[in-house]
Amino acid sequence: MPALTSDDFRALACAMAAAIAANAQRLTDLDSAIGDGDHGANMKRGFDAVEGELDQIAAKPLPDALKAAGMKLVMTVGGASGPLAGTFFMTLGKELPENFDRAGFVAAYEKAVDAVAARGKSHAGQKTMLDVLYPMLDVLKQGGDPEAVAARAEEAAEATIPMLATRGRASFLGERSIGHMDPGAASVALLARAVARTLTAQGGA
Amino acid sequence: MNVGIVIVSHSPLVAEGVADMVRQMVGDEVRLAWCGGDPSGGLGTSVEAIIQAIDRAWSDAGVAVLIDLGGAETNTEMAIEFIGEPRASLIAICNAPIVEGAIMAATEASGGASLAAVVATAEELSPL
Repeated sequence: MPALTSDDFRALACAMAAAIAANAQRLTDLDSAIGDGDHGANMKRGFDAVEGELDQIAAKPLPDALKAAGMKLVMTVGGASGPLAGTFFMTLGKELPENFDRAGFVAAYEKAVDAVAARGKSHAGQKTMLDVLYPMLDVLKQGGDPEAVAARAEEAAEATIPMLATRGRASFLGERSIGHMDPGAASVALLARAVARTLTAQGGA
Repeated sequence: MNVGIVIVSHSPLVAEGVADMVRQMVGDEVRLAWCGGDPSGGLGTSVEAIIQAIDRAWSDAGVAVLIDLGGAETNTEMAIEFIGEPRASLIAICNAPIVEGAIMAATEASGGASLAAVVATAEELSPL
């Protein structure tokens, strides 16, 4: 895995922000079905804020840039997804050494997913973003490339449709949560695809 | 100094309304602050606004925070982490209904009770 430069970080952040912006309405529609209908707008506000300060954020060493981006999400998203997505990036930044290899990245990713689970007091199987983050971890551990990780993320997001929500606002609906994709799972899959597309285009990873 | 009370709702109208009801019960005997709404002013909560509300209600005896739904809890936990020690240990989230919990907690606080007692009184209202 070649080192991620500041330009790479910038490209990844822009790709993620663009993916969220292009799908904000869809995310909000998914959230309207089984939640409070603000997920798309909230995520867009957060990623737009990161993009808006990208000059300052991307100038930092990668671990600090990840922490700053995570902090920005926490402060601007406004829903529970702010602390959850923010915790992911802040933990990734905290755990990632400045020069890391693939194993180092996978270890940091695992700690970041565990931190999201702790922050949300949740675990896999509750129809949340964790039901995408953990399957992505499995593919990473098996040595999958970014395309394989993104494909698994999309599959896993689809697999939340028949699940019963037992955590988050959707859990209030009980059985009526069945038959809808979890919005948090959907946004993680979108972000994974945006990352894969960017890394593949750069010929990296 | 009495324990302070903070009310965090997705809706500023709810938060302000709860604060009004608390004031009616305890007057100025308890430091009280509220916040509600996401960073754009829509329904939701804001970590920054929560940190500021905790600052406004600050008491060295501690601050009890009443919250409504999921995101309010997660964002309040995040706010407490950012505030950090030594103050973080003096801030407690009450697992209680926001209206009744705030009034019970504030009434207990107005009598000079400890933070633990204030939280326990609010949480008596919570079904296990």
